[in-house]
Amino acid sequence: MKNLRVSSSPHLTARTNTTRIMLDVLIALSPAVIAMVLLYGFYPLFLTVLSVASAVFCEWVFNVITKREQTVRDLSAVVTGVILALNLPPVVPFYVPIVGAAFAIIIVKMLFGGIGRNFANPAITARIFLMLAWTGVMTKFVLPVDLSDGANLFAYFKQGVEINLPDAITTATPLQSVKEALSSGGNPAEGLNALDMFLGRIGGSAGEVSTLAVLIGGIYLAVRRVIDIKIPVLYIGSTALFTAIFFADTGYVGEYVWTYLLGGGLMFGAFFMATDYATSPKTPVAVVIYGLGLGFLTVIIRKFGTMNEGVSFAILLMNIVTPLLEKIKRKPFGTPRKSVKEVAESVKAKFSRKHAAAEEGGESVG
Amino acid sequence: MKKSAMPQELRMNMRGKSKIVGGGILASNPVFRLVLGMCPTLAISTSAFNGLGMGIAATVVLVCSNALVSLLRKVIPDKVRIPAYVLIIATFVTLVEMLLRKFVPALYDALGIYLPLIVVNCIILARAEAFASTNKVGDSVLDGLGMGLGFTLALLLLGVIREFLGSGTFFVGSFGEAEFGVTLGNLPDYAMSVFVMPAGGFLTLGLVMAAINAISDKTAAKRDAKHAEEGKVIDEMVREHVEAELASAGADAPSADAVRVGDGKEEEK
Repeated sequence: MKNLRVSSSPHLTARTNTTRIMLDVLIALSPAVIAMVLLYGFYPLFLTVLSVASAVFCEWVFNVITKREQTVRDLSAVVTGVILALNLPPVVPFYVPIVGAAFAIIIVKMLFGGIGRNFANPAITARIFLMLAWTGVMTKFVLPVDLSDGANLFAYFKQGVEINLPDAITTATPLQSVKEALSSGGNPAEGLNALDMFLGRIGGSAGEVSTLAVLIGGIYLAVRRVIDIKIPVLYIGSTALFTAIFFADTGYVGEYVWTYLLGGGLMFGAFFMATDYATSPKTPVAVVIYGLGLGFLTVIIRKFGTMNEGVSFAILLMNIVTPLLEKIKRKPFGTPRKSVKEVAESVKAKFSRKHAAAEEGGESVG
Repeated sequence: MKKSAMPQELRMNMRGKSKIVGGGILASNPVFRLVLGMCPTLAISTSAFNGLGMGIAATVVLVCSNALVSLLRKVIPDKVRIPAYVLIIATFVTLVEMLLRKFVPALYDALGIYLPLIVVNCIILARAEAFASTNKVGDSVLDGLGMGLGFTLALLLLGVIREFLGSGTFFVGSFGEAEFGVTLGNLPDYAMSVFVMPAGGFLTLGLVMAAINAISDKTAAKRDAKHAEEGKVIDEMVREHVEAELASAGADAPSADAVRVGDGKEEEK
């Protein structure tokens, strides 16, 4: 009799918990972290450590000060820290990830009630905050190091403290050259190599450049069923679709599509940031609108905006409308299907009623 | 009873007047409590000097318009009171605008469209409608002064924070020929420009408002606890008194009654 438990539903429980899910996300992020070290040396790893330390410390201190239950052990702050660091350019001053992680944890997450109650993805909001705060720092990207000389792994430590990077080591990101091609009307893929972009041998944010590493992690998450695979698939697919539509008249549709898919943080955003549980919708209709909206906004911002990258703003905006999308109701199972005639009649009745009310009611408020 | 030479009535009066001024600054601060005048607050508090200038301009208009609205409160017909208020306010705004343009052109440029927009500033309109139109001239002037000071202090606070974080300077501005302000080393290189953008305005306002709410919640909780403590002591005294009365009234009075009386008193509270 001791083994009998009396409780209310749900009666079927799985052994997954927050810590396990966050551990899965960390495992999925590890290929991107390894790719980051292979591409840019140890300096971005140092930034990642700082970011994680700042995130965990802020959450711990906040919980201590406000006398809430300690939530550091669920590893969500660690995930936020890692994702934020992977979103930063490889070489930024050391205080940038510290301030960013503190912003993500304290302002976006803890002030709104902690894990599961944040209105937007903390890492992406912090990235946008940093982008607006230190625009010069956040838009300077460096070239990958040459790994044939092992000492290069420790490159960039000297430059890391400077607020202005020397021009010699900075480079344009693929999306910057695409943007220039867009304004000049040239071929966007000029000087870009699809294999380099797939592997990450380009300038860009530390953890986002290697599409391969991100895809490995994303597929791991999808197989483990940690994320809803529909969201990244819809996001990437709709980005391709809307790129094809918006650039149909340029004559380089194919080039625009593959540079947009491989460039910037699209893959990383789709797999790791758009799928945040607290800020992505769950119902099927809402998920479809969410994915299409993400792709639409990304392409709109990339084509018409002043920035080269639109993923972070697209995700933030769709995060904000997620509660509204969740309100879209499905018809209950078994609702009789109305014929076209009936629908037309009900609409007609509605309009005629309104009309009548407007005619007779002198003081009715429209 | 010779605590003060002032008669009791005047003392109470003084307390009432200071309450009118103090209420505008703290208890019903137009920015942090009433959340009025958000448009100039967010747009102008990018630097401490701009905030102070805007605050003073609004205060002058607020005091003058409150006084005039109060004077004319029995003359203005009820149905056209809002246009009448706007006309009065616009008169003073035009005055302030001309004065600023002549004497502090830098501030005039910085305030831009928000200076003429004081006409439709909801703090001024709200005080005209809610206070000046039903109160005496003296009280209305004091209310305008309190509200204006509250608005100025709020803008100054936000301006100092945003200027320091967003530009790395402290109180930079110019008055006529004189230029003042502190630039702290090469801090401007490291400044977070987001704080002088609209996003930073919302962020700073939200955080300061949250901090003020947290502090006032805490003091309110403390006050409630103190009152509850005092209430308990009074209840205890009442109960003892009732018990003593009952005991003296009749030795055979059942003690249960006394307890019930005490309970009743507590429930009433």
